[in-house]
Amino acid sequence: MKYLLLIHGDESKMSAATVVDETGMSPDYHAYNNAMAKAGVLLGGERLRPTKEAASVRVGEDGTQVLDGPYAETREQLGGYYMIDVSGIDEAVQWAARCPAARLGTIEVRPIWPTRAE
Amino acid sequence: MCARCCWPQRLMPNDLNHGSHRVAEQIARQSYGRLVAFLAARTRDLPGAEDALADAFAAALRLWPSEGIPENPDAWLLTVARHRQTDALRRHQTRQKGMEHLSLMAEEIEAATAAPAEIPDRRLALMFACAHPEIECAMRTPLILQTILGLPAHDVAAALMISPATMGQRLVRAKARIKNLGIAFSLPERQDLPERLDAVLEAVYAAYARGWNEIEPGDTPQLVEEAVWLGELTVQLLPDEPEAKGMLALMLYAEARRSARRDADGAFVPLEQQNTALWDVHRIGQAETLLHQANRAGPSGRYQIEAAIQSAHTARRLSGQTSWPAIVALYEHLQTIVASPVVALNHIAALAETKGPIVAHQAIVALAADKRMADYQPYWATRGHLAARAGYKDDAYEALTLAIGLSSDEAVRQYLRQQIVGLRDG
Repeated sequence: MKYLLLIHGDESKMSAATVVDETGMSPDYHAYNNAMAKAGVLLGGERLRPTKEAASVRVGEDGTQVLDGPYAETREQLGGYYMIDVSGIDEAVQWAARCPAARLGTIEVRPIWPTRAE
Repeated sequence: MCARCCWPQRLMPNDLNHGSHRVAEQIARQSYGRLVAFLAARTRDLPGAEDALADAFAAALRLWPSEGIPENPDAWLLTVARHRQTDALRRHQTRQKGMEHLSLMAEEIEAATAAPAEIPDRRLALMFACAHPEIECAMRTPLILQTILGLPAHDVAAALMISPATMGQRLVRAKARIKNLGIAFSLPERQDLPERLDAVLEAVYAAYARGWNEIEPGDTPQLVEEAVWLGELTVQLLPDEPEAKGMLALMLYAEARRSARRDADGAFVPLEQQNTALWDVHRIGQAETLLHQANRAGPSGRYQIEAAIQSAHTARRLSGQTSWPAIVALYEHLQTIVASPVVALNHIAALAETKGPIVAHQAIVALAADKRMADYQPYWATRGHLAARAGYKDDAYEALTLAIGLSSDEAVRQYLRQQIVGLRDG
């Protein structure tokens, strides 16, 4: 079953805490990604650039609105995600607990609604 | 507020309250499990029994610390439960089906309140029902934690790292299964006892093993306390079973080393490097006594051998040296009883001390053929450690990196990072 691990956190703290090595990735994330790849569960994942570079779009009755930043003012921002394929929610939760960002923020574990017969 | 929501707040922040609260809590828990087991034994309706006692239990935790513990806690809880029962009967008068079961429960509560001294202890039978072969393996531990200890579903979920909604649904399903299949609340026949007991012990030990990984400085994780308590209960209810004693001894040996597992800065300290002066001599003594009693009773089972291995490790406290040949021999014997990759891994780790890291590294590389090793953190941590000692730096780096990626404990990650740094320097 496929799950999305959504990494939420205070992005100012998150970027301050990230130590980047010569590969452009923090060693903890490097280790985490390797472990997921080795276990054969990793389908994909990306780190997102800060919300100040983001735009929010909404089409309403008054036409199209384009706003700066994330749609809602929240204390925690979406900072990245992983897509994994595991046996079930228990295993997905285990992987979420191992995510280096789990120390700083919250990892939301969302089952993906299958679109085809899977 | 029900007992199940009230449980997590049971440790009052106020230190003055702490002592009396704890005593109240322990007594309430003794009574709770006994009454749930008693009430559900005939109806096999665990949710019904839990509902009947929920408010009574919550009231006990609220009132006993300040007002004192009643002389007969069982009777007190049953009296409160009876009032609740009457209310429920009134509310359900239109629902005929619910009525039947409620009046049966009410009768039982009534009868027991009249003679609380005679309430039989059916907790052991309840544990056997929870760990019945018809109950999904993974649900046995949560069921025991909830029914015997009154632990709320969300606490059980958090402790076992399972999503709370999933845990709630699975508990409901498992309890329905006990009722629908008519799983008896009784002790198994003599010929089935070893196997059925093994399932009970496994469920209790799983709780301990889960709690063992949580290390908070100066604090014992709740799950560990619950597991040790359940282990003591099992020994008390089955005094003639050596494996029950073996399991309790195993937990106590491990608990004895708790404060030595972290240094002053909270960093992880591996067993071989622990300061033996920090080991809890009292607990080790308790474990030794239990193990001796168990060994006298006959051939050793899995838990006795595992406890004997722990005993061999603690011998370093007196002699200054670990008896590795004995540990290797015990692991070899254990492998003939349980074919588990975890046992194989521990055997290899011990082998490094008798045959050297190169032989051990060969064995651990071969173990990777077992697919379960791919996301098993201890495998990669051990492999990294052995590879480093054998001088295989590339393999050590890869294995330690995977071990870091599979850790959810910052102190363990920190320890592994230092090992990687050591590779570069060494």
